[in-house]
Amino acid sequence: MSENEFMKGVEPVEQLIDDLTGKLVPVRRLWSPWLRASLWVGAVLAIAACLAMTTDVAAMLHRLGEATDMWLAVVGSSATAILAAVAVFQLSLPDRDPRWALLPLPGAALWIGASGLGCLRHVILPGTHVASLADTRNCLVFIIGLSIPLSLVMIFMLRRAYTLRPNLTAAIGGLAVASAAATLLNFVHPFDAAATDLTVHVLAVSIVVMANRFLGGGFLSASK
Amino acid sequence: MATLSASLDIAASRRSEAQVIKLKVARSPMPHDEALDERQRTDQRWSGWMAAAQSGDRAAYNRLLREIVVPIQRIARRQGVEGDQVNDVVQEVLSSIHKARHTYDPARSFTAWLTTISQRRAIDCLRRTARHSKRERHAPLAYEAYADPHTQPDRPRDEADRALILGAAISDLSEGQREAVEHLAIRELSLAETARLTGKSKGALKVNLHRAMKTLRARLGGKL
Repeated sequence: MSENEFMKGVEPVEQLIDDLTGKLVPVRRLWSPWLRASLWVGAVLAIAACLAMTTDVAAMLHRLGEATDMWLAVVGSSATAILAAVAVFQLSLPDRDPRWALLPLPGAALWIGASGLGCLRHVILPGTHVASLADTRNCLVFIIGLSIPLSLVMIFMLRRAYTLRPNLTAAIGGLAVASAAATLLNFVHPFDAAATDLTVHVLAVSIVVMANRFLGGGFLSASK
Repeated sequence: MATLSASLDIAASRRSEAQVIKLKVARSPMPHDEALDERQRTDQRWSGWMAAAQSGDRAAYNRLLREIVVPIQRIARRQGVEGDQVNDVVQEVLSSIHKARHTYDPARSFTAWLTTISQRRAIDCLRRTARHSKRERHAPLAYEAYADPHTQPDRPRDEADRALILGAAISDLSEGQREAVEHLAIRELSLAETARLTGKSKGALKVNLHRAMKTLRARLGGKL
């Protein structure tokens, strides 16, 4: 029996310390979570700029300006995306409080509340053109389609993270991605929100959050 | 009256002594403050070693890992981990620290970083133990009373019977075949050794062995 094997049985902690010390190489410190969140939001803004160049921004602004609940929903979804991005990069560090996960809640409350007003549109404004089920299919495809590259960017930025709560972190990441995609949807959303539309948005956001929770959570756990 | 006066004097003297002690305590540094200062100094020392480890300083890293073993054990015990599992938690925490060392920010408390990781790993250990205890029970008496399915009480008698039958069958063989079986099959000698012992050629031994095996198979059939 070699000396190492002997030590392994007697003093595993001592042996482990020696092994870890022997394997030590210089590492580059992770960037600040604020900086990483800013970079991710910057990526979303870059996509927004591209959409602004290819869509009718004036029509979108007019549409939002006419319906209070619509622009409140946009403010809510934008705030959710930004706050969730900050939360996810904070949660990606082992020593951060898990209560960071609550940060996006105010934005989400505004988003859900304002979107919920769309359900009353038929009552408040009879004759408004609301989205049919066929129209809302495009919303579903847009939110899920745009969520894929945004999720990939986020996963890439989290690849060196070390989170102690991979599933929670991934779910909050999914919320950031889905709310950003829902915000960008307004560039190509030529009708007012209604119950059918809201239902499809909720479905799309739920799919994105759950997909990130299971796939991203697995990635964050497996990379440890 | 004299007794009462003496008692009052003693009481007054005790009060003044107590006041002096209180004043001394107030003027001297509080033990609590000293402990706080010591903790801060320790934290700064560990933080410095970790920053050096991030740059690849193996000596600082080794010192740090050795010094934090006891605090990790303390945290694990405080979380409810007992016995040998405390050292399991220590090993998991040390491995986690190695993997997460790039996430440590030297501007923040190392103790807080270490405590969070240690608490989380202790909780993981407790959960794992709880899961195991659901499907495993420590029952040494039940283990002792459980019949070993591989035990064969008749085996020695069967082996003796087989040896008798085989011995009788071999003794019925011709002399040349018997020699070949005894030396080559039972004693497992080589052809060269058997040839030297019996004075027969290797070819003749091979033929004898082949014929002997054929005869034995025919005679014994399903007896062995």
